Amino acid sequence: MNWLQSFLLPKAAATHASEVDGLFMFIIYLTVFFFFFNGALIFYAAHRWRRRSAGEVTPHTTHNTKLELIWSIIPLMVVMMIFFWGFKGYISAAVAPNDATEIVVTAKKWVWQFEYPDGTRTLNDLHVPLNKPVKLIMHSEDVIHSFFVPTFRLKRDVLPGRYTEIWFTATEPGVQQVFCAEYCGKGHSDMLAKIHVDTDEQYETFLREGDEQVRQMPLKDLGRLVYENKGCATCHSVDGTRGQGPSWKGIFGQVHQGTDGKGHLVDENYIRESILYPQAVVVQGFEPIMPTFQGLLREREILGVIEYIKSLK
Amino acid sequence: MADAHTLTGTGGATAHAHGDYLDDPKGIKSWLTTVDHKRIGIMYLWSITFFMIVGGLFAMLIRIEHLTPAKTIMDAEMYNRVFTLHGAIMVFLVIIPAIPGSLGNFALPLLLGAKDVAFPRINLMSLYLYWIGALMALGTLFMGGVDTGWTFYTPYSTTTGGGVTLMVFAAFVLGFSSIFTGVNFIATVHKLRAPGMGWFEMPLFCWGMYSTALIQILATPVLGITLLLLAMERLFHIGIFDAQLGGDPVLFQHFFWFYSHPAVYIMILPAMAVMSEVIPVFSKKTIFGYKAIAFSSVAIALVGFFVWAHHMFVAGMSVYAGAIFSFLTFFIAIPSAIKVFNWIATMWQGSIELKTPMLYAISFLLLFTIGGLTGMFLASLSTDVHLHDTYFVVAHFHYVMAGSNLIALLAGLHYWWPKMFGRMYDESLGRIGAVLVFIGFNATFLPQFVMGSRGMPRRYFNYLPQFQALHVASTIGAVILAVGLFLTLANLLASFRRPKGMVDNPWGGKTLEWATSSPPTTHNFEGQPVPLHGPYDYRPVPAPIGSEVHTG
Amino acid sequence: MSQATTTVQAEHEHPPFLQHHFTGMQQQFDATKLGMWLFLVTEVLLFGGLFVGYGIMRAKHPEAFMAAHHHLNRTMGALNTIVLLVSSFTMVMGVWAAQTSRKRLLILFLVLTLLCAGTFLGVKFFEYQHKFEEGLLPGNFYTHQGDTVPGQFMFFSFYFMMTGLHGFHVVGGMCAITWLLIRAIRGDFSASYYGPVDLVGLYWHLVDLIWIYLFPLMYLIS
Repeated sequence: MNWLQSFLLPKAAATHASEVDGLFMFIIYLTVFFFFFNGALIFYAAHRWRRRSAGEVTPHTTHNTKLELIWSIIPLMVVMMIFFWGFKGYISAAVAPNDATEIVVTAKKWVWQFEYPDGTRTLNDLHVPLNKPVKLIMHSEDVIHSFFVPTFRLKRDVLPGRYTEIWFTATEPGVQQVFCAEYCGKGHSDMLAKIHVDTDEQYETFLREGDEQVRQMPLKDLGRLVYENKGCATCHSVDGTRGQGPSWKGIFGQVHQGTDGKGHLVDENYIRESILYPQAVVVQGFEPIMPTFQGLLREREILGVIEYIKSLK
Repeated sequence: MADAHTLTGTGGATAHAHGDYLDDPKGIKSWLTTVDHKRIGIMYLWSITFFMIVGGLFAMLIRIEHLTPAKTIMDAEMYNRVFTLHGAIMVFLVIIPAIPGSLGNFALPLLLGAKDVAFPRINLMSLYLYWIGALMALGTLFMGGVDTGWTFYTPYSTTTGGGVTLMVFAAFVLGFSSIFTGVNFIATVHKLRAPGMGWFEMPLFCWGMYSTALIQILATPVLGITLLLLAMERLFHIGIFDAQLGGDPVLFQHFFWFYSHPAVYIMILPAMAVMSEVIPVFSKKTIFGYKAIAFSSVAIALVGFFVWAHHMFVAGMSVYAGAIFSFLTFFIAIPSAIKVFNWIATMWQGSIELKTPMLYAISFLLLFTIGGLTGMFLASLSTDVHLHDTYFVVAHFHYVMAGSNLIALLAGLHYWWPKMFGRMYDESLGRIGAVLVFIGFNATFLPQFVMGSRGMPRRYFNYLPQFQALHVASTIGAVILAVGLFLTLANLLASFRRPKGMVDNPWGGKTLEWATSSPPTTHNFEGQPVPLHGPYDYRPVPAPIGSEVHTG
Repeated sequence: MSQATTTVQAEHEHPPFLQHHFTGMQQQFDATKLGMWLFLVTEVLLFGGLFVGYGIMRAKHPEAFMAAHHHLNRTMGALNTIVLLVSSFTMVMGVWAAQTSRKRLLILFLVLTLLCAGTFLGVKFFEYQHKFEEGLLPGNFYTHQGDTVPGQFMFFSFYFMMTGLHGFHVVGGMCAITWLLIRAIRGDFSASYYGPVDLVGLYWHLVDLIWIYLFPLMYLIS
């Protein structure tokens, strides 16, 4: 009856999905059986004892204790079995192994944001390694959402003001669909995401160089993305306003006066040095408060920031 | 009709001290100020029919929209309002009051041999509250509609715009309408049974109504206060459901389902109540397992209070809470299964006549079997995680709520129609209607099971193209269902073109409502009727009442 | 073979306050009393929802609730508790007076009950006025200055919802008692017909009882 399973359920792509599927198909068979069983009894009765004359006398059967016990106890045993089966699957899906990769999921109307242990963030695209446990720590910034992966047989509400967790081990390389399953307004049905199940090699590449989208993005745009997402914007403006640090507007090619009394030409190497060793040169009139971004930015992202600063005229 | 029994007994069908309740007294005003339970039942019936058509039109809009994966006839915001109104109207204005309000009000006192319900004026007030609530619900249309879904989940419902507050107050008012009906039914069953009619000589319809009323009075006040808190949250930001203010949005779900799960049994118990009347009459055989059916109604009503959190298995509950609620939920399955088998056993060796009401009864048995069994997927923890909030759930609750409740309403309506109006509808059109409704219903909702298990979430405006074939199939089914329902309605209404002149007891029923004229007089019976035998005693020589105690 | 019933002729002597669908005064009394008890059950559940919500939020924010309750005036709360207890007593005496056909005593006790209810609302009015002046209001209307513990608005959300809903019930009870008073003056009630007095009495005791729970929950935390 494999055809029935592949008709009713999407192809399983995570470790505990097969257990869910086993129970699902068991109840399906049970449902089909009892539907036809009851249906057969009803149609047999309606045909066999259809009224032939007005004065027919029927037996006065008020009850039959033995029969009633049978049809109470058998369903009871069946449902208890289903309960324990379902409970077992639920428990095994509840506790994540200790070595699981932890990814933070933030839901808001109507996007999914994923943050990896190294600080990388992606929007609506989640990269996970194949055959390794992954734990999602989820919260919402506005209303309740629900993270639903049909092929993993997995779903968990994402709540504001509280963290919920799920974990899974993906077993099929490729792309899996994520839906938002808790109604959240106008864009509810567009709040989709994709899980990219990567081989070890692909996952390494992703962590090193960012996902496909980032790799193909023009450097200038990547730089703006870094500026917005990595906290540069808190201190550096791009419109000439003075902040905690110097504005980026029009500085490329200028000479900065450092606290060491020397002038420094703002070029590619100066910017790179400022990002990785911020205290090497501090511009006059500013506090030496910038943290280092060593290890937080990828090579290509640093290049992106340089190109972005070049573009601000 | 050849097999109809005519009535005998003092003050039977021939000599009326009072006139037919439909005409005595005449005039709109006499209807609007009536305290007659039969007239109130009839007014409920027409109101519910009206709102069923309105809710059904919204359903058709949803089905048409889903003919294509993206926009077909409306945008996402409109779609959200349409499905919310479909749900809110169908739940609060149609299914919850449908059978208790119309058939219950009409038939319960007749079945008990009473002149009226215990509190006729409160009964009328319940109808007026229903109308006020209905007007408020429709009023939201002029305030930008409501887009929260009928479940009003916080914090979405406290932050979105539109007429949510008005809709919440509408549901609050409708809740009181429901409470008043419940109080009335319980007092009526306790205190107004005909002399000699013990608890186990009541027709089972009364047990069903009694169990329903228990839930109505025990659960609805909690909904009332929940909705009040929600309204206060919107108006004053009191903080109880708002995580940013230190509240808990999931608390709303607990409160809401503490009412709304038992409310599911407000919808199904009356349907079961109708079945227990229709099946014995058209099988000409005593009900099998009277006490089992009676007690299982009460058991469903009581256990129904301890399963609410099975709507929240994926909402961040602890594993153990989930286990307890799942376990208790499975227990509900047992009394439901017992009832189904009892009804089949009632048919066994009977003298079965497949008239329209009986066709609906068989249709109910089949649909309820599907609805009940698919509930097991959702009661079981691991499968529910996959299926929760998908179309599988949508299909499941349409089978148990619409499929069972609506079908039972139609069964009861065709059964008591000659009693209500003294006129008979066209039998063959009635049967065609019943078959069309059955086919249309399955064609609409079976594809939705498949969609759901394949991962289609509910309340989705856009959907992935892979689901289109199933959506189109479902829409075609909805058209068949609509045709069947309109044919049925037209057939019932066409009976008004025939003259009155119905025999009093066209089906040969043994319960007391058939012991008076059709339609009954204003005071139901001339004098106080006393049942001489049990409600389902079809033997040639029935045992006198009280001589035989039903067991089993 | 046919459906069989017999009929009992309806009594023709009809007591004045017997509704047509009851067979006798006793049945009417029993049915209406049951109906009132059922209604009281729904009232208990209505307030029950609020009590549960209060309990959960208080468990979540114990410091805020503790700090906030010091803004309430215990003396006024205690005074109101006593006033309501007295009114319950006068109501009981009213029911007794009706049962024993003492018309003038019935009127007296009903008036006393009404006065107590009025006093309760008067005291409540002054309490509310005080809270309004200090900005101790629910939700985002909370404007009280100088709090050391944040989140006290939640306590006042519940304070106003619960005492407000209770206040509505007091007003409802007063309307019912006024209606009884008019009928008592008209001379409707006697040992053979006192159902309405009994029922309103039951309702009034529930209103009293809810306050007995509200008072310690609001005024006497600690």
